[in-house]
Amino acid sequence: MNTLLHVDDLRVSFPTRTGVVEAVRGVSFSLGQERLGIVGESGSGKSQTGRAIMGLTPQQAEIRAKRLEFSGIDLLKASPAERRALRGNRVAMILQDPKYSLDPVMTIGRQILETLRTHEKIGKSEARERALDMLAAVQIRDPKRVYDLYPHEVSGGMGQRAMIAMMLIAGPELLIADEPTSALDVTVQLDILRILDRLVIDRGMGLIFISHDLRLVSTFCDRVIVMYAGKIVEELKASELSRAKHPYTQGLLNCMPKIGTSRHPLPVLDRQPEWLL
Amino acid sequence: MTPALSIDRLRVVYDDFIALKDVSLTVDKGESFGLVGESGSGKSTLLRAVAGLAPVTSGTIDVGAKRLGKTRDKEFYRQVQMVFQDPYGSLHPRQTVDRLLLEPLDIHGFADTEKRIQRALDEVGLGSGFRFRYSHQLSGGQRQRVAIARALILEPSVLLLDEPTSALDASVQAEVLNLLEQVRRDRNLTFVMVSHDLGVITHMCERLMVMQTGAEVERLEASDLASRNVTKDYTRNLLVASEGFVREP
Amino acid sequence: MSDAVMTRREWLLTDRPQSRLQARLGRAYLTWSRFAANKLAVIGLGIIILLLFVAAFAPLLSPYSPYIGDLKNARLLPPSSTNWLGTDDQGRDILSRLIYGSRLTLQVIVLVAIIAAPIGLLVGTAAGYAGGWIDAVLMRITDIFLAFPKLVLALAFVAALGPGIENAIIAIALTSWPPYARIARAETLTVRNSDYIAAVKLMGASPMRIVLRHIMPLCISSLIVRVTLDMAGIILTAAGLGFLGLGAQPPLPEWGAMIASGRRFILDQWWVAAAPGAAILIVSLGFNLLGDGLRDALDTRSGGQ
Repeated sequence: MNTLLHVDDLRVSFPTRTGVVEAVRGVSFSLGQERLGIVGESGSGKSQTGRAIMGLTPQQAEIRAKRLEFSGIDLLKASPAERRALRGNRVAMILQDPKYSLDPVMTIGRQILETLRTHEKIGKSEARERALDMLAAVQIRDPKRVYDLYPHEVSGGMGQRAMIAMMLIAGPELLIADEPTSALDVTVQLDILRILDRLVIDRGMGLIFISHDLRLVSTFCDRVIVMYAGKIVEELKASELSRAKHPYTQGLLNCMPKIGTSRHPLPVLDRQPEWLL
Repeated sequence: MTPALSIDRLRVVYDDFIALKDVSLTVDKGESFGLVGESGSGKSTLLRAVAGLAPVTSGTIDVGAKRLGKTRDKEFYRQVQMVFQDPYGSLHPRQTVDRLLLEPLDIHGFADTEKRIQRALDEVGLGSGFRFRYSHQLSGGQRQRVAIARALILEPSVLLLDEPTSALDASVQAEVLNLLEQVRRDRNLTFVMVSHDLGVITHMCERLMVMQTGAEVERLEASDLASRNVTKDYTRNLLVASEGFVREP
Repeated sequence: MSDAVMTRREWLLTDRPQSRLQARLGRAYLTWSRFAANKLAVIGLGIIILLLFVAAFAPLLSPYSPYIGDLKNARLLPPSSTNWLGTDDQGRDILSRLIYGSRLTLQVIVLVAIIAAPIGLLVGTAAGYAGGWIDAVLMRITDIFLAFPKLVLALAFVAALGPGIENAIIAIALTSWPPYARIARAETLTVRNSDYIAAVKLMGASPMRIVLRHIMPLCISSLIVRVTLDMAGIILTAAGLGFLGLGAQPPLPEWGAMIASGRRFILDQWWVAAAPGAAILIVSLGFNLLGDGLRDALDTRSGGQ
């Protein structure tokens, strides 16, 4: 398996009124053509890790790393123009809420077309064909109709499918999905995951799946990284999550109410100060 | 015994959209009743209709022995309170915790406000250190604790819970759920809880109703879910989905 | 925590205030530090403070009487060491008239703000919260006022009420509340369906209490900003009325009226009109800068982060 992405000792820090806050404190991992899950609670730095790889960190933040490399390209040394060329073309990202990541004044079809034509020299009618194919690939039943709709005219699940279609139209090698299904109903959630799963298998993409939902990540991904306070506390095979060693991972798994087990009160997470070290 | 809450063929219509289609249910005193469904199932609308926040087109609502009219009086709000889903949206952005808790006491003319605020904060495990903070100085879990304290400060007998933990991290969710169970035991409260999470509902409630597009799908005991004893496909789908992703071979 | 000695700044910025007062002061301090970070806004504030100071100490600051001039020897003198800004056609010292005129300007501003802002706030929040026909009636009335250009409407009012500074103030106030009502209504509409207003409703609060104690405080900051930014326009309208002879009457040293009387000599004795013009410019600029700064400092949505 050839490695797509190398992350070594990634650090992201934000200057604030009260001093510098380190959101990510030395994260290292590498990714091949596989599904990697990053799990953690809010403030664990999981989203900032994804954004740093994507190059979407806010201006004032500082990013440092011993190595941050995507298929041989040093992302830290790449110029803004080079990073732009990478984004959408070879690396793509799906965000939580399609309502905020789709342009409200452009039809879904136009947006997909636009993305395609910025990255490839391609004729109008051919581009339209490809966009419609892509919409069909994300299991939109009536692609021709959806093509001409505006984002506010479709449901959340449909919007997220359109978003995925837009992100995948240029055939990226790496997809970063930041809580792509958290705003959706459970049944829709699984539809979306099934689509992502297909695409990863068919196209040999690398996928980073960022989520707070351990249950979802452990059933969907191959490998899971558990983050706490900006650091990786544990990395394990998804199938072996129930045998997690770190008390934080165990605590997270334990504190969720499960159907068929009666625990009153629920065990709560006893945060140890040494986890921060 | 008169039930704590009984709803008969309740219908809520917004313009042309029927949000709730003739739903009936009764909840006994001290019971915890769950409403499960996906977005658009009408589960939150039902709670809001009881609270007087959604227009009732037809049907009746009784709280205790009293039939509710078009408007809710002050006495009603002494009996029924609600906790909202989004802890970031349910606290006034310009008011301190102190002011938030003082308001209901002030409206209902309580005298010993100082003692009650102190006690309410202690009850939800916040303590006096949080009393003069603004909501933006609190975490999501702390905000939800304040919201619970505010709901309890008038000593209601029925608490309506609209997805009280769905915006919280799993570990904070566990803490808030434990707190809710604790106060329910201590005060012998009646809960009506809405959630999309079957795990949370079976943990918190004895009986539950599955809803879809504004109507009842089926009514179950929590133990029925545990033993997979469900009759409708929709419920079965929800159960399967709640277990996570299954890769097709 | 409490036994460690805290600096004043730490006490103000603490995450755990110990009293209502400390919480409020901490919030005020944050607002102030956001405001103070904006240099131009501080300059604007400085100009307004200077205006207040000049108005308060006008008798001490002005070298001559603003009303009595030396018609025989001192008509239309250019700026000099004795008359810093020269004299007008009545032989009166322009600097002294400007200094006394600041009182009139201030009077206009304060009275208009006191009359117009509350009317607008009340109409807007009531319309926005009540909705339905109350909203329709109140907003159509607002629209009627908005349909006329401000100065034309003010002229009509003054024509009906008779010229004079008091009537000019009433006319300006009556023409400037509609935009405030619109802002307050828009702001009310964004918060009226929020969970925190629903929560207050669930406490059993009356609509009156909700509007007065929970919605109005949220509208006030954007209203303050708007009123401050409007001050320049109000000064100009007052000056315009004065210029047209419908505002302050001679011999009152109103800045607009001063320009009007100076326009006859504008080519040969430019300073007669230029000095009050510059005064209006500086004060208007001051209010605009202040308003800009307040907009950033009072931004409700940023909370305090």
